[in-house]
Formats: sequence, structure tokens, C-alpha cells
Amino acid sequence: MPTELSSQPTTNQIWAWLVAVPDPEIPVISVVELGIVRDLQWLADACEGEPELLVAITPTYSGCPATDVIAGDIEQALRARGIQRLRLENRLTPPWTTDWITASGRRKLRDYGIVPPAERAAASARSAGSNRLPPVIECPRCGSTATVKISEFGSTPCKAQYRCGDCLEPFDYFKCL
Amino acid sequence: MTADDAAPEYLLRLGDNCLILGHRLSEWVGHAPVLEEDLGLANVALDLLGQAQHWLGLAAEIEGEGRDADWFAFRRDAGDFRNALLVEQPNGDFSHTMARQLYFDLWHVLLLVNLQNSMHAGIAGIAAKAHKEARYHLERSGDWVIRLGDGTEESHRRMQEAINELWNFTGELFESDAVDEVLAADGVAADAGRIESSWRKQLGDILAEATLDLPQENWMRHGGRRGIHSEHLGFLLAEMQFLQRAYPDARW
Repeated sequence: MPTELSSQPTTNQIWAWLVAVPDPEIPVISVVELGIVRDLQWLADACEGEPELLVAITPTYSGCPATDVIAGDIEQALRARGIQRLRLENRLTPPWTTDWITASGRRKLRDYGIVPPAERAAASARSAGSNRLPPVIECPRCGSTATVKISEFGSTPCKAQYRCGDCLEPFDYFKCL
Repeated sequence: MTADDAAPEYLLRLGDNCLILGHRLSEWVGHAPVLEEDLGLANVALDLLGQAQHWLGLAAEIEGEGRDADWFAFRRDAGDFRNALLVEQPNGDFSHTMARQLYFDLWHVLLLVNLQNSMHAGIAGIAAKAHKEARYHLERSGDWVIRLGDGTEESHRRMQEAINELWNFTGELFESDAVDEVLAADGVAADAGRIESSWRKQLGDILAEATLDLPQENWMRHGGRRGIHSEHLGFLLAEMQFLQRAYPDARW
């Protein structure tokens, strides 16, 4: 049974709770660290005269199949904390970017063996179609920079597949979007 | 024709292109030459299906008749689909799939760049999101055409054949009719005719690097945007729509 709340939790408190909700595809980082929770707001008098919590989330990719699961996980986590009146809103604008992955999120990705994006999104957009050299991707296992891209897509649309030329291990790169 | 009448039709064209090409690409799953390609093709398909869901969802919202993206995908027959003929063409061999993809991706990226500035906030939002994804699709299809064209004698021959065979389907991408014109005049839609020269220039650069010849033929096939399709679409729909046809409103 969820505990009854004696007072309305602050949005700071709720952000802290959501840091514990893992991304379903890459469970080492949370939905907050991935940057897909965009906004939290108490809307006064929204629900039969009572305040309602608005949670705005955005998909990483248009076709991300985890979007519904993420919304469900967030709702479940907040209800377990005693928040009964909440509304989830799916926002497309502004579009999600890997620049929103937090510093702790980047560190956890690397520790998990997924190389975080090497560039800012704007720099990556400029390089598309130009002759600028692609960023150097370091092997998460041995640190070698002698790595090659095997495929633009990996086990999910957000990742590309690379292989290390020194330790020969394949690895995932979280590509810049 | 008013902008209100034209908008749902325009959005169906955008959505149907993504939906049908996404479905075609998903037919490769389990059949691609190597695992990396299987994943790559499935991921491009997934992006396109997600984009289709957004476009068709917006079409339903603007139309306001209580339908939704699934209704448009599963309840219409071939004559009501508005995709270009190019995207319904069969996968053929890998060179055909990549030629079709390159033609489409080049067009798609240019179109989405334009649509990001649409006066309609919903269209601009979907386009801004889709553009980021389409950039990766183009990088990939361009790389493949270059690798196969500038590859072995066999891969070169087959890549050139695919480029030639699908060429006559490209003209339709740049056609304009009353729907496009009324929306372009309002700054809501992109004028497809205006991106053709950029498309040709970029395609020419890629084909030159691939040591392939740009086809010179001018005769083009068209009709998909008006619902006049090749025989291939019916077979595709028979598979894609089977479940909803056999068990209407079935839910997972």
C-alpha cells in the first residue's frame, strides 16, 4: 500500500525520487540522467480542486519502443510514493538530444561499457556530410583509440557498434543526436 | 482547396512514405547478409515507423473525425494510401534496398530541414525530431552505395543496375499539386520542387565517389501520391494489415 502523504512533496523531492527510476533499455542510468524527464510541475486546482503533478517526458527516438514502458515506470514509482494525482505528457519539442545526458549519466554509461557521445550535438550536425574527421572513440575496455565503426546502428537506435583494433573487443557507442 | 482540407492529405503522404518504407525494411529482419545489417535495417525501420506514427497521429488530430494513427495504418485499402511509388517497391537484393534508401534519405533530409521551419508547430516539431534520425539513415545508405559501387566488379555492376532500375521512381518525390501549393503558400509545407536541385547535386557527388553513373533518363513514373499504386502495395498491405483485418480492434 502506498503511504498517504501528509503534505505535498516539493518538485526537488520528486526529481530525487525519479533519479531512482532506471531506463528500461539501459538500466544502469536513470530516466533523469538520460534527460527524458523534461519538466515537473504542480498544477494548482487541476484535479477536482486538488493540485495535480504534471510530468513531461520526451522520447529519445521517434520510434523508441520503450516510451510507454518509461511512462508506466514513472507513474508506478510516483504512485508508490503516495502521489495519486498525476498526469504524464509526451513532448516532442524541443527534440531530445544527447547533450541532455547528465555528467553522472555519462560516467555510468562508460562504466557499463557504453561509450558516451564524444561531441556536442551542434558539432555533430555540422560534421554531417562534410569532410571533417569523425570524433575519436576510445575503447571502453583498454582505452585504445585504434577503433573502427562496424555499423551505424547497434542493439538500439541510439547506439552504434564499434570494434577495438587493439584488444579486438566489440563495444557500443552512444551516438550523438 | 483550403489549407484545412489540404493539411490531413499532406500529412498522410508524409506518414505513408515512412510507414510503407519502414515496413519494407522490416522485411529484411532475419534475412540480412550479416547480423550488423539486420540490426541496422531494423533500426532504420523503427525510426520510420515512429515518424509515421507521429505524422498519421497529427493527420487524425487535424482531421478531427475520431480516427488515430493505427486506424490509418490498418484500416485503409491500397487506393487510400498516399505514399510515393518508390517506397513500396520490393527489397530486391541488397543493392536495390540501398539504392531505394539513398534516393529516399537524400530527399527526406532535405524535406525535413525545410519542414522544421513550418508555420505549423506540430509539423515543425515532428520534422525537427525526424531530421536528427534521417541524418544517420543518409550517412548509412550513402556509405553503402559508395562501398558497393566502388567495390568489386560484381558489386559495382549490381549497384549500377539498382540505381538505374529505381531511377524512374524518383521524379514523383518532387511533384507538386494543389495540396502542396496551398500549404507552401501558407508556409506550412515545403515546396518539394525547390529541393530537387540540391537532391541532384548531392546524389551526383555520392554516385561520383561510388564510381557510378547518374541515370540520364527523364521519363518518370508517378501516381502513388494520388492513390494509384503499383501491384506491390496490395501484397505488402495484405501482410501488414492481416491481424487487424482478421480480428478488428484486437489489442496486445
